[in-house]
Amino acid sequence: MRWRPRAPAGPQNRTLWFWLFVGPFVLGLLVFTYVPLGWSVYLSFFDAHNTVSPSREDFVGLDNYAAMLRDDAFTDSLRTFAVFTAFIVPATYALALALALMVNRLRWWQAFFRSVFFLPVACSYVVAALIWKMSIFNGVRFGLANTVLGRFGGEQIAWLSTTDPPWYWLVIVTVRLWLQAGFYMLLFLAGLQRIPPRLYEAAAVDGARPGWQVFRHITFPQLRATSVAVVLLLVVNAFQAFDEFYNLLSDARGYPPYARPPLVYLYYTALGQGQNLGLGSAGAVILALVIGVVTVVQARWFGLGRKEEV
Amino acid sequence: MSISRRRLLGTGTGLALTGAPAAGCGSDTGRGSGDSGGRPVIEQWYHQYGEAGVEQAVRRYAAGYDRAEVRVQWRPGAYDQQTATALLTDSGPDVFEGGPTLEQIQGGQVVDLTDLLRGVREDFNPAVLAPKTYEGRIWGVPQVIDTQLLYYRRSLLADAGVEPPATLDALVDAARELTRGDVKGLFLGNDGGAGVLQGTPLHAAGLAPVTEDGRPGFDDPAAARTLGKLRRLYADKSLLLGAPSDWSDPSAFLQGLTAMQWSGLWALPRVRKELGDDFGVLPFPADGAHGRPAVPVGAYGAAVSARGRNRAAAKEFVRWLWVERTDHQVDFALSYGFHIPARTSLAAKAEPLRRGPAAAAVRFTREHGFAAEPLRWTVAARTAYQDALSRIVKGGADPGRELRAVLRTTEDELRRVRKRR
Repeated sequence: MRWRPRAPAGPQNRTLWFWLFVGPFVLGLLVFTYVPLGWSVYLSFFDAHNTVSPSREDFVGLDNYAAMLRDDAFTDSLRTFAVFTAFIVPATYALALALALMVNRLRWWQAFFRSVFFLPVACSYVVAALIWKMSIFNGVRFGLANTVLGRFGGEQIAWLSTTDPPWYWLVIVTVRLWLQAGFYMLLFLAGLQRIPPRLYEAAAVDGARPGWQVFRHITFPQLRATSVAVVLLLVVNAFQAFDEFYNLLSDARGYPPYARPPLVYLYYTALGQGQNLGLGSAGAVILALVIGVVTVVQARWFGLGRKEEV
Repeated sequence: MSISRRRLLGTGTGLALTGAPAAGCGSDTGRGSGDSGGRPVIEQWYHQYGEAGVEQAVRRYAAGYDRAEVRVQWRPGAYDQQTATALLTDSGPDVFEGGPTLEQIQGGQVVDLTDLLRGVREDFNPAVLAPKTYEGRIWGVPQVIDTQLLYYRRSLLADAGVEPPATLDALVDAARELTRGDVKGLFLGNDGGAGVLQGTPLHAAGLAPVTEDGRPGFDDPAAARTLGKLRRLYADKSLLLGAPSDWSDPSAFLQGLTAMQWSGLWALPRVRKELGDDFGVLPFPADGAHGRPAVPVGAYGAAVSARGRNRAAAKEFVRWLWVERTDHQVDFALSYGFHIPARTSLAAKAEPLRRGPAAAAVRFTREHGFAAEPLRWTVAARTAYQDALSRIVKGGADPGRELRAVLRTTEDELRRVRKRR
């Protein structure tokens, strides 16, 4: 049988073009995301130590879930996350908004300052964590923070090793603030630039005082959609905290029980020497459910997707 | 022949579509056919050593082996996690540095190497061979001995009128006496010692994390008493915390930030170079009537993957390198870093270990050495203990209550590993 050339695929054959361009990415998504996700859920029902293909005899039902929920270290890690979120979300929100308001008012050099505040976003979390740990907040006399304290007659503080008071939170929160505030500042800047100038003009005509009164009654309400998105992203990012915690607090021998967020705990459970992939998978499923529930509740609370009031 | 853009795009897409799943399924592992010119190919993995020259040395050993082509992989990063994951696949190493862990042994991931040590088993230091032995069979050949010691600065102790401490109480008192201004008495790591000490205080009290017959070894009031004394070090503010480098690096000791530091034998050449004779080494001091000085020892062993294509050849290579070639073993232990050869006969003859603090370290290891990471002291049990120790030292938690919780976890874990036998 002779091979007959088919009609060339042109713009009219949209299905072919769609799959040609989207197909590889769909395939990648399936192979590298959905299959591992499904496999992880499968593993969570097995006693899968050091194996990703447990046998039928290793089936343990919901035992891994029960063990994870009974595990004080895991529940403590969720509490750590809650504390971290309580610090980092409002702090980043307030700082990013303040920076955006400040930069937005600049008449000159706006691009310069926007870049300066945005630049830390390009820095790796690992590098930033090591700078914070080894140069700024090390606990000896030649650490930057302790040098400054020393100038004012203060005592040296072991920032990352002191649990009472828990100074390590200062280190963890400041490094993330430095790294991410610039990104959210840009989101707020975009939001600020979408506010119609006529609103401010109308407010001025009505006698509103510039400053706090205008911010409270015009700017802030107009940023509602941006605020909802920012808070949502901040909460999800906080849940996924790993890099700075791990690099600030771990050493070759392990990780202290305080300030151990869920991902660090699951990393040690599933990928540490124990390689308890079943238990780690159960923890990952629980964590994913918690993130999902919190996100949905929060989105409902803030009215994500609700039609803007006119 | 010219290639049109359309043909290039089509070919590229086709390759991407066919090649990606193939690579994803692991059919192309980059290992070749498993032999090279009639000789078997052996993939050998090492973790990244800090000392200059080790990599070149192990490549030289490999090149000198003529019964197989040995390809050395030098692996930086989280090495234990890398090997644990690689052993699940067909593209892992044939020979690798590893515990190996109990999970790897019970999971059938490593090969029994008992026959390699026939006739020389007694020559290996028992403390370093014990964690490689499970149910009487040997699953890894110890490469060297790494040991931890208490370094102290002679001049600082003399100035403060303090004797080198022989008991835990004396260590607590000495650390307090030696804490002056910017200099702290003792450095046990930035976490206050929870990470590095592990089972050492238990051994100092005459106990153990897990007994030789596989039971929890710390169900004793002496354990709580001893761990409580570590809290005193923290509460007295005698501990250095927050140093730029951790316990394994002697920098804090050399920079004068602490008068005593718990570190490894590997630090000894550097300390000797910078301090001359102004230092000494001690074991972790004994505590209580049944206590004894404690020197944790451990090291990687050479293990053979059960999924390797050339298991017999890999075993022969391990025998050649880590049993027969004693010259390579001494070179590996002492020419780059500073370790004790795993075989007692070699350690006794090695010139750099025959005088001063090094000789003392060898003697302490022989007389007081214990396996730092017993095979049955599983990760879950160890983590629970380490967390408890951290809460006791830093948070002032009640040692008895904390240890009871660790005991429950340890019993659960020991039950689990007995079941998997």
